Amino acid sequence: MAAPSAALVSSVPDAYGRFGRYGGRYVPETLSAALDQLEHAYAEAQADPAFHAELDGLLSAFVGRPTPLLFAKRLTEHAGGAQIYFKREDLSHTGAHKINNTLGQALLAIRMGKRRIIAETGAGQHGVATATACARFGLECVVYMGAEDVRRQAPNVRNMRFMGAEVRPVESGSRTLRDAINEAMRDWMGSVETTHYIIGSVVGPHPFPRIVRDFQSVIGRETVEQCRRQLGRLPDAVVACVGGGSNAAGMFYPFVDHHDVRLVGVEAGGRSGQAGDHAASLSYGSPGILHGSLSYVLQDQDGQTADVHSVSAGLDYPGVGPEHSYWRDLGRVEYTSVTDGAALDAFDLVARREGVLPALETSHALAWAAREAAARPPSEIIVVCLSGRGDKDAAEIARLRGLAADGSGVRA
Amino acid sequence: MTTTAPATGIARIEAMFAAHRAAGRKALAPFVTAGDPDLDTTVAVLAALARSGAGLCELGVPYSDPIADGPVIQASYTRALGKGLTLAGVFDAARRATAAGAMPILAMASYSLIFRRGIDRFVADALAAGLAGFVVPDLPLEESDDLDAACRAAGLALVRLVTPTTPPDRAAAIARKSTGFLYCVSVAGVTGARTDLPAGLVDRVRWLKTQTDVPILVGFGISSPEQVRAVAAVADGAIVGSALVKLLAESATTPRDALLAEVGRFVADLAAACG
Repeated sequence: MAAPSAALVSSVPDAYGRFGRYGGRYVPETLSAALDQLEHAYAEAQADPAFHAELDGLLSAFVGRPTPLLFAKRLTEHAGGAQIYFKREDLSHTGAHKINNTLGQALLAIRMGKRRIIAETGAGQHGVATATACARFGLECVVYMGAEDVRRQAPNVRNMRFMGAEVRPVESGSRTLRDAINEAMRDWMGSVETTHYIIGSVVGPHPFPRIVRDFQSVIGRETVEQCRRQLGRLPDAVVACVGGGSNAAGMFYPFVDHHDVRLVGVEAGGRSGQAGDHAASLSYGSPGILHGSLSYVLQDQDGQTADVHSVSAGLDYPGVGPEHSYWRDLGRVEYTSVTDGAALDAFDLVARREGVLPALETSHALAWAAREAAARPPSEIIVVCLSGRGDKDAAEIARLRGLAADGSGVRA
Repeated sequence: MTTTAPATGIARIEAMFAAHRAAGRKALAPFVTAGDPDLDTTVAVLAALARSGAGLCELGVPYSDPIADGPVIQASYTRALGKGLTLAGVFDAARRATAAGAMPILAMASYSLIFRRGIDRFVADALAAGLAGFVVPDLPLEESDDLDAACRAAGLALVRLVTPTTPPDRAAAIARKSTGFLYCVSVAGVTGARTDLPAGLVDRVRWLKTQTDVPILVGFGISSPEQVRAVAAVADGAIVGSALVKLLAESATTPRDALLAEVGRFVADLAAACG
């Protein structure tokens, strides 16, 4: 076996935004200049101590970082095997990891002199995090959201509007995250000279996948440090849910060169493994180009994007970030999937045994962790990226379970 | 003077522009979506375009996630795909259309579709269908080497796009690479009819003409004879897309002969403005 140190897994992307063969920049010419501008602004910001000082200050006082690493004692007892820890991104301001990226990108927008922000959102967490950053900095904010997601994530829609954002429901296509990205891109085509597009995941054309990964990597950096300090060693396994893959990329990236740590990404298995019933691009897809980059895509023989399904709006996406495709092909990260039903069961389990309402997205990772822990010895440690809290999902879960809105009917 | 049709797609496009120049005319280049409302109608519409004075045609290949297109073309793609349109069907329709007439037809296709089929196979299919080349709206210069090489080997045009946001040195590099013609996008934005031509367009086209020998066509937002006349005064032709797609969509229930007559009148008015 070749020495892994010869080329670090982490030394991507290259100057063309390539993660191995994946990534790149497949966009209309109208956007090329703005992507070049963003690339230069990001390079300058990275080299500027004042940028890091401002972002770190916000992450501390505004977001509440570092987020804790919590021993999930009663979930561990229930599983009866390996120890389970939660990296508590749900305790971040706005309730999910998304704010790590939106603050960083909002600062970049200001450096570029752009005062109008657009964003897409699926579950609404990225929309809320973008609206929050815009309110904080006094930027105009327009959020595109699939009409189906507007329905199932109503609390987040309301919160975005409270913070002054305009939410534009998208009625085209499947009326979910993929269509919201299409509409945001179209807005950007006509507004690119005055507007910055804060993309919410590690997807899209170069340099977005790299920038979002870098801003989210604070999750993994803190986790490495907390594991060393609290546990005296790195964990045996780290698991995160994967839709576009931003919480997973941010969690995994600081671990990818630690080859003794097992990394597991959990996709949305939906109702079944049949086409159209799930949103597991890395498990069932093939290399293709969607939203500006080459990555695994759920598509038909001609390259038309497939319809997808997940109970979780944030995972309901037919593509995935190009770095995940790179990690998949390298074999550095294992990708698997968890069904709607198993995710809902994990939501119940963690709510009752840990006093934490996890997001439905996160519940996919929790389902895998609880099952895997049962099969591993108590000496082993599994860290779950608890990417977001589940308040936004509570009404939809009650609806799916046939419960009253006040939760009456839940078994005691 | 030979009566044999020139062999390659690029040569056929060049011959079309040469004939227009000789007649003191500019070229009208309409866009139609393949398969909207159905492929048989598309083939008939392409013939009507040629009869009505179009110089070449862009055949839009429906794609599920077209980020460069506005609501009119996007909706036409959705309708066509909703009826089960396949790439094989598009190539078959293109073959029927090119067999019936000499007007060069270029495929407007997302690189997502080309990549999925494989560049070599996609180019071979286009060649076999008699297409003259491609416009690939989501393939920037930096990612285009492989398709460029395949098109050059096949003699097919790979039409490049420059936009108002393209810096001059980059526009010059794109213009040098473009084959068949250069597509000058009039506005920063998606496709769709607009009432006015943007300020600065005339100067931009004049400058582009100093950077390349290939003809320059202006597109995005052009729908009326007045706009075509203004564009034809400076460029080598005009591309009209959404307005024709909209006309076809609004006439979905019109009997085919009446529809073709209406399309013919619409295009003939635009072509008359190219004189």
